[in-house]
Amino acid sequence: MTRRKPIATGSDWNFEVLAEFEREIARLADEYRLDTYPNQIEVITSEQMMDAYASVGMPVGYHHWSFGKQFLAVEQAYRRGQMGLAYELVINSDPCIAYLMEENTLMMQVLVMAHACYGHNSFFKGNYLFRTWTDASSIIDYLVFARKYIAECEERHGVAAVEQLLDACHALQNYGVDRYKRPSPISAAEEARRQKEREEHLQAQVNMLWRTIPGRPSPEALGDEQDTEDPLGLHAGGRYPPEPQENLLYFIEKNAPLLAPWQREVVRIVRKLAQYFYPQRQTQVMNEGWATFWHYTLMNRLFDDGAVDEGLMLEFLQSHTAVVQQPAFDSPWFNGINPYALGFAIFTDLRRICEAPTEEDRRWFPDTAGSDWRETLEFAMRNFKDESFIQQFLSPKVIRDLKLFMLVDDDQEEMLEVAAIHDERGYRRIREALAAQYALSVREPNIQVYSADIRGDRSLTLRHVQDDRRPLARSVYPVIRHLHQLWGFPVRLESVHDDHVVRRYQWPLPDEDTERERA
Amino acid sequence: MSYFIDRRANAKHKSAVNRQRFLDRYRTHIKRSVEEAVNRRSITDMERGEKVSIPARDISEPVFQHGAGGRRRIVAPGNKEFVEGDRLRRPGGGGGGGDGAGEGGASNQGEGVDEFAFTLSREEFLDFVFDGLELPHLERKNLVDLDEVRPVRAGVSREGVPARINIVRSMREAHARRIAMRAPIRRALREAREALEAEERKDPVLRNPARIAELKAEVERLEKRLEAVPFIDTYDLRYNHLVNQPQPSSKAVMFCVMDVSGSMTQGHKDIAKRFFLLLYLFLERNYEKVELVFVRHHTAAREVDEEEFFYSRETGGTIVSSALTLVDEIIEARYPPGQWNLYVAQASDGDNWDDDSVACRDLLVKRLMPRLQYFTYVEITPHAHQALWEEYETVAAEFPARFAMRQIVEAGDIYPVFRELFKRRMAGG
Repeated sequence: MTRRKPIATGSDWNFEVLAEFEREIARLADEYRLDTYPNQIEVITSEQMMDAYASVGMPVGYHHWSFGKQFLAVEQAYRRGQMGLAYELVINSDPCIAYLMEENTLMMQVLVMAHACYGHNSFFKGNYLFRTWTDASSIIDYLVFARKYIAECEERHGVAAVEQLLDACHALQNYGVDRYKRPSPISAAEEARRQKEREEHLQAQVNMLWRTIPGRPSPEALGDEQDTEDPLGLHAGGRYPPEPQENLLYFIEKNAPLLAPWQREVVRIVRKLAQYFYPQRQTQVMNEGWATFWHYTLMNRLFDDGAVDEGLMLEFLQSHTAVVQQPAFDSPWFNGINPYALGFAIFTDLRRICEAPTEEDRRWFPDTAGSDWRETLEFAMRNFKDESFIQQFLSPKVIRDLKLFMLVDDDQEEMLEVAAIHDERGYRRIREALAAQYALSVREPNIQVYSADIRGDRSLTLRHVQDDRRPLARSVYPVIRHLHQLWGFPVRLESVHDDHVVRRYQWPLPDEDTERERA
Repeated sequence: MSYFIDRRANAKHKSAVNRQRFLDRYRTHIKRSVEEAVNRRSITDMERGEKVSIPARDISEPVFQHGAGGRRRIVAPGNKEFVEGDRLRRPGGGGGGGDGAGEGGASNQGEGVDEFAFTLSREEFLDFVFDGLELPHLERKNLVDLDEVRPVRAGVSREGVPARINIVRSMREAHARRIAMRAPIRRALREAREALEAEERKDPVLRNPARIAELKAEVERLEKRLEAVPFIDTYDLRYNHLVNQPQPSSKAVMFCVMDVSGSMTQGHKDIAKRFFLLLYLFLERNYEKVELVFVRHHTAAREVDEEEFFYSRETGGTIVSSALTLVDEIIEARYPPGQWNLYVAQASDGDNWDDDSVACRDLLVKRLMPRLQYFTYVEITPHAHQALWEEYETVAAEFPARFAMRQIVEAGDIYPVFRELFKRRMAGG
């Protein structure tokens, strides 16, 4: 049988060829029932790619020095050849924007289209976190709104004031998300329309909370237990907020006593953007694994159908192999677990479990083994995040292939302990530990707003609940200094372990502490 | 559905604003690096960017993180010989164990002095080099004694050459003139016609045929006159007017004057060279065209090329006035002060024939200073000053705004001295 003629050969490309490849990939993706947003594929230069990288994947960003720092770092790495810019940049928007760099070879362009325009794109559209937390159709408009608003603030209040505010907000942006509540979708038109209204309303709310004349004390508060230090019961009436708040930025936006309305709006913008990136932080392994699995599958289909020739395929395999490389822990190139490698391994193995299950697979995955692979993968992609995905689908075979092992590093022990390896006894524990390693609740310290002393000195108290006795890094001081800027009154942070406060931090530093720090 | 967009022609440097913000924020850090670079670099080497490192600690963006300590579980790939229950020594003696993805960068806290490195472009580098500096007497030459002129548009005039006809204005003038000239004729014509009509409407008995003939002739005459008004006339023509306006000169010449007598070592020359170089770069940024003239001297002065200026050795005594005389002659011959901004930079170790120093002062005060924009003198010596310095001090007192002198001991001094010489003056200063 003669193979069909490849669409193109060699490494040069032009728009007709790209469009033809794109149609071919789209046809195959359709065959595999990949559901995607429309693609907007933009061809850009390497310099534009650096710009895009530097703005952390926001096609329109407000101005801030930290993006400049990012740009310089990218530029330096690129110049020294430490970093290929090529692989991909794709934006979770509708239409889904993907960038192709003009310097890339034909193979790279085809690969990026398969990876980004069909892999990531379908993930953005299907995964429950993205569906819940982001609104792909409105993000670009919202970014434009944010950029415009912040530029206006800079004009009105000066670049320095806005920069300081943004610094403080950025320090807290990982704590700008309601983890357990579905957020309202963001929309630029809506934001702009309601912004004015909100400014006034918000301020009224804050005024109410912070009015200095206390309301009539409730009879219960003045009841039998008369506090000698607080005879009028000013501090009675329960803690505020009544429940601890995990969304620090939201709490600041709604409650900080001294912020001007525009400052609250900026806090809100940072918070909304943090929310947009929140799913990405939790689905790195899955997202990259999914996209890598599909570019691999689609490229192989292109080859099987004769749309690409051997030369292009060999070039592809070399690039693919580099991407899913996982150096061992003692290798000089080791830099943590490669999300591409892990995700690709799990998805590939999941397909194998469906198509050719072994006896072991039937034991571990009784429901999955032998099922329709396309449906199983779709289910996995849609309904999990890294943590639960690993917990559910990391198979003994992948653990063996990657030779995963678990170390326990306990500062009360003198030595590290190898707690589990890739054997029958270790699989479950490794799987559980690796899943935890990707859980945001384990990765980031658990810090919540505990109380705001609205009747007294207006100080704000946060609580850090320690996880396995792990303390906070020294960066805690600069962060609470930023928080103090936003709050305007003293900020305290208590580290709690087993219901006991084990360490206190505060800003401004009390005088004795300042002395000790100096000594 | 998919579509392609070619964005390559779109603006680059979308990050330029952010980049500038970053540079502004870490101005002091960057300035320190730039100053070191200026002192360290060889002379031919200013025209490129510079790599700058800032301690990562200073520019970190803090977030809440886990620190070292407590109990951590780390899953890592690539196990070779470990079995469950193995105990391992902590790598690096205490602190963080292996490097897990979940570790959250706790290790770069504390003492770690990671450097954040990046490269300044050439323009940015030079901006930092010259940050806060101002060219002495940047108002350039006084407009009065300028020979350089440039034609500028100055409205319209009635005279000019056909090439400069302003068509719109000419046509408008013609139109106005036509209206003005035709108005009285039209009025007379109308009256004649009305009279003619009135006459013709009369009863045939009462008509005066002679009067009718007369009015008909009148109407005909007026119609002819109306047609004779020219569509365009020489009076209507307007020309774009150009006047010659004196221009501030955008040309500068810099005289590098150096003592190459036996007492000047190669070290001295290198220092001098950097000083000249800084001045040259500085002028280059402020004038469209900068010419360099190298004058070296021992007992006699000679104009030489750059290579010879810096690298050939001579011996012998020192007569500074020979160089100043030569500079004066060159100005006379090639650089009329009306067209050129004149700068002189002189470097020497301070040695001079005693009698000559007075001659130098006279030359400066009488001949050179009135014509120069600026004169800088650097004396490269760790020793006490001699007669030349003292004489120059009197010149400096006479021309405080245009004469500057400083002492340099070693290479590291150049940059501060340069900054001091050219630092931005208070308004008007």
